[in-house]
Amino acid sequence: MEYYLIVSTIMMFVGIYGFLTRRNLLAMLIAVELILNSVDINFVVFNRFLFPGQLEGFFFSLFAIGISAAETAVAIAIIINIYRNLRNIQVRNLDKLKW
Amino acid sequence: MDFSTILTYMYTEIALVGVIIAALLYDLIAGARGRKYFHGVMCTLMLLFIAGTVWPYQQENASIFGGMFVYAPIYSIVKSVLAIGTLLVFLLSDSWLRKPDTEFKRGEFYVLTLSTLLGMDFMVSAGHFMMFFIGLELASVPMSCLVAFDKYKHNSAEAGAKYILSALFASGLMLYGISFFYGTTGTLYFEDMVPMINGSALQILAMVFFFTGLGFKISLVPFHLWTADTYEGAPTPVTSYLSVVSKAAAAFALMVVLIKVFAPMVEYWQTLLYIVIVLSITVANLFAIRQKNLKRFLAFSSISQAGYIMLAVISGTPYGMTSLVYYVLVYMVANLAAFGVITAVEQNSDGKVNMEDYNGLYKTNPKLAIVMMLAIFSLAGIPPFAGFFSKFFIFAAAFEQGFHVLVFIALLNTIISLYYYMLVIKAMFITPNDSPIATFRSDNSTRLSLLLCLAGILILGLASSVFDGINLYAFGM
Repeated sequence: MEYYLIVSTIMMFVGIYGFLTRRNLLAMLIAVELILNSVDINFVVFNRFLFPGQLEGFFFSLFAIGISAAETAVAIAIIINIYRNLRNIQVRNLDKLKW
Repeated sequence: MDFSTILTYMYTEIALVGVIIAALLYDLIAGARGRKYFHGVMCTLMLLFIAGTVWPYQQENASIFGGMFVYAPIYSIVKSVLAIGTLLVFLLSDSWLRKPDTEFKRGEFYVLTLSTLLGMDFMVSAGHFMMFFIGLELASVPMSCLVAFDKYKHNSAEAGAKYILSALFASGLMLYGISFFYGTTGTLYFEDMVPMINGSALQILAMVFFFTGLGFKISLVPFHLWTADTYEGAPTPVTSYLSVVSKAAAAFALMVVLIKVFAPMVEYWQTLLYIVIVLSITVANLFAIRQKNLKRFLAFSSISQAGYIMLAVISGTPYGMTSLVYYVLVYMVANLAAFGVITAVEQNSDGKVNMEDYNGLYKTNPKLAIVMMLAIFSLAGIPPFAGFFSKFFIFAAAFEQGFHVLVFIALLNTIISLYYYMLVIKAMFITPNDSPIATFRSDNSTRLSLLLCLAGILILGLASSVFDGINLYAFGM
């Protein structure tokens, strides 16, 4: 079980690191997806190894996958909208609203 | 399971789904001519919805769907407060929605707003972390569509991107926290989780992650960085909705979870909240002083108000719950009045939202200036208005639990906030201006909304029956 948790923790923090350092909106979105996937791994692993009799963790991860897909769809729609306005999706161009 | 129990305890949500379906169908069927009356139809529907659900029908706590959905009278009160806020936002959004570039998608605005309201209702009465999470996401995903609603404007798109990315990040952290709660307790039901919580190191870590997700929605200070940008870029009616309804729902849901689920860890979350309150009130007040744009200014003001709201949460008593609901109600009418004035001025003067544009507003539009003044007095907490009483109850609730230093810091900050609130009043009444905003007549719907807010500001504080009425239901959460 530890090995799975190590993988999920690494994925979580790689996601946080990526979210804070990437300069492209799509790369940031992918980093956030890493965080959400590490959560799904966590739920499934806890359910499989610690509480094998029940299904709550499996269901939660299924719902989390579905909802994160919906969020990603909206986020990509907004990023496309930014691309139409600006012709690129670099974070440094999003500086009209500051301080 | 028979369906009558669902109807008995879930009537608010079912009625709201009905309103959403009616809005969708009307948008589909009415055509260009019928859409002229869309605003009136929606406001009437909301009014009927509020009239039908404003007072709790059932007087006892109950849970349905095996404990996933919990009903309590105080939840019902909170839901009606949120619905009233939504109606006020609808009323003041009409002049913006009538413009040619948003006219054709006004149906989307109503449906998206009502979907977020539905999500908040489910979040408030969740009894299971999955329900809670789905409610939270249902409240925040359509909200990001609303923020990016003016899709040909750079500002709106930028605000939308900032909102959705930080919302995703925060909900990812929150889920990570929930996953550790599942790992240590083996359940996700609020009821079953309580005896398993023992305050181990892993659970404290999980609670901090969980708190991050909600702190983002309430925009408390370490998680507030999206707030000012999103508030400035979003269309003004959406900003008012974000700053009031969404914030109130998240604050209430946080209080319910902290009291019901994390009761065994009370000293840990009180320490956490203590730090966050001091930071939010102070930092936001200092930043608000240097703002030139009124929407950004109100964004920082709303961050510091969120800090005050958390003062009710930290007390963790039924009295704190009552003062939370009351504070939210009063803050809602005052903030919506301020945003209503900003919307009216913005729509009638080609988008002027800077503070120097308001110089001399009293000369040309005295009524609007007076509404703005009363709203700001109420936000600052000056005695005859409702804001004073709501702040008083909040401070009393925290003081009662022994947070003396914290209340003192909050009081000092009230004085600082008075300074920057007065800057707006000075601009409107005293500073001379050669070319003030021209005199205009705002439309009836905005007037009605401002009138309702004004009545709320003046009456809510003096009519003690409101506080007592909420207090009746605040037992046994």
